[in-house]
Amino acid sequence: MKKNSIIKMVDIAKVYDGGEFHTQALKDIDLDVESGDFLAITGRSGSGKSTLMHIIGLLDTPSSGKYILNGTDVSKLDEDEQALQRNKEIGFVFQQFNLLPKLSALDNVILPSIYAGTASKERTEKADMLLTMLGLADHINKRPNQMSGGQQQRVAIARALMNDPELILADEPTGNLDTASGDDVMKTLKQLNKEGKTIVLITHEHDIALQARKILHLEDGRLIEK
Amino acid sequence: MNTRELITLSFNAIWGNKMRSFLTTLGITIGVFAIIVLVSIGSGLQAYISSQISSLGPNIMDVIPGNNLMSAFGPGTQNKFTIPLAQKLSDRLAPIAQVAPLAEVLTNVKYKNVVDKNVYAIGSTYNFPKAVVYGKTIMGRWFSQGQEQSGSKVAVIGYTVYTKFFSNKNPIGEKIFVGNEKYTVVGVAEKNGASLGVDHDNVVYIPIEAVHSQFGVDRLMEIVVNTNSENNVPIVKKQINAILSKDLNPDEYSIQTGDSLSKTLSNITGMLSLALGGIAAISLLVGGIGVANIMLVSVTERTKEIGLRKALGAKRKDILSQFLLESVMLSMTGGIVGILLGMIASIIIAMILVSSVTFWSVALAFCFSVAVGIIFGMAPAIRASKLSPIDALRYE
Repeated sequence: MKKNSIIKMVDIAKVYDGGEFHTQALKDIDLDVESGDFLAITGRSGSGKSTLMHIIGLLDTPSSGKYILNGTDVSKLDEDEQALQRNKEIGFVFQQFNLLPKLSALDNVILPSIYAGTASKERTEKADMLLTMLGLADHINKRPNQMSGGQQQRVAIARALMNDPELILADEPTGNLDTASGDDVMKTLKQLNKEGKTIVLITHEHDIALQARKILHLEDGRLIEK
Repeated sequence: MNTRELITLSFNAIWGNKMRSFLTTLGITIGVFAIIVLVSIGSGLQAYISSQISSLGPNIMDVIPGNNLMSAFGPGTQNKFTIPLAQKLSDRLAPIAQVAPLAEVLTNVKYKNVVDKNVYAIGSTYNFPKAVVYGKTIMGRWFSQGQEQSGSKVAVIGYTVYTKFFSNKNPIGEKIFVGNEKYTVVGVAEKNGASLGVDHDNVVYIPIEAVHSQFGVDRLMEIVVNTNSENNVPIVKKQINAILSKDLNPDEYSIQTGDSLSKTLSNITGMLSLALGGIAAISLLVGGIGVANIMLVSVTERTKEIGLRKALGAKRKDILSQFLLESVMLSMTGGIVGILLGMIASIIIAMILVSSVTFWSVALAFCFSVAVGIIFGMAPAIRASKLSPIDALRYE
């Protein structure tokens, strides 16, 4: 039985046209990520990894090609439509954690649901539940600078799960962590995958990529399956 | 994102930068404060002037020597108002109008061993209480027509004179010296108040003939005509003109009605209020530029936050309202504090000078400060909403 495609990309290209500079960042990208997949995209810096991640994450639009995200054609959305899709469909985990320093762990986790319009009581309960599930029950009211890197990244994962997206997009999630914390984060991602989340992991670290079920390699803007 | 969440968000951002928010707010506070205080002084003056005029009452006319208000005070115009002229006017205008002539002289008043050398002796007739609004007595009574005609030395003392010389005693029947002559106190006039440092109650009222015979004053300061009803004002004015034009040239007298006078003066004070308010508005403008500056700094500082919020699903509108609300809250807080301080200052000023806080100046200042927040917050907020999430997230 064929599973649903979460990400379906056909012939995606991205060209940066800055007058004299004409950079082909991505070309001929065909990508099919099925629901429940755990995909790692690797590549050296400059290979187009970040550009691909931005396009998958609807933070950028492709120059040409077709991108279907969870059944919706998102190739040519305007800014606000992209924001809506991001909010609903994608949970982001960044290398820099990107937690707001003045908010508590709980308030950071709540953020995506504020823009989704979830009721106040409901979202507090949910964030509380997620933080507890990720072993941060004692840190709910702490600010990011009162927590370790690993704890901060787990807060970020909780935030990514807040709106129940199908897809978790993790951009170098272990890049700023020591080995133990990094392993911990990877374990969490694998657990989430087991529970049914589709995970796309962007990394330049080979041993991290090996933990995924499938690895794609980017070189000079093209995807190579390994 | 609902309004309550937006307010919480903006409040937290403002509260998180207390010193900066305070200083930014201060600019608006000073601007609004200046508007409230200056406009209050302006409209205080206006209210004061119109109250002075309306103390005449709408049905009261002032007939004064000279062809206008200014020349009545200045030299050069010969005063042709005499006691017989006033008498003539009084006889002719009865019964539809009551007439009281006024003549005054600065003199000294003495009771027992106490002397006050700066009391105005105001000469008038038994008709004074009927013609003049403040001509009521709180003790005793006004001198009668009989007392006046028999040449009795009788006086009605002003409230200040009463408190100064008699404190708690009953003054009726007591003898006081006005100038060198002994007068019997027959009444105490009600309080008339003070204006611009002149106490209108440090006076004694005596029969006008006494002012003439004792002090040699034979010219009148003014003649007050009370028509009893506002509707009679035009007719009586016509009659006064008819009577006076027989004895006087048109430039030797003029008739002031409360209406004509208050129109001119309220125009002048209205312009003054506007000018003062305008000057103050400039300082509010400067405060607004301060808000714009700080909001731009705030947007730059929080570029990363904006990027993250956008990545997590914030639409342009969300970011725009977040920053716009923040700037409106800053300037509105400044506005409210400025209004409160301005009201307190106006009340204090009112104790020394004249000042009255008007609803429109408060409303205007409030709307102004909100408008400043919107206008000067708009550009930074638009800039924030246009940031691309990728660039903003990369920003260090």
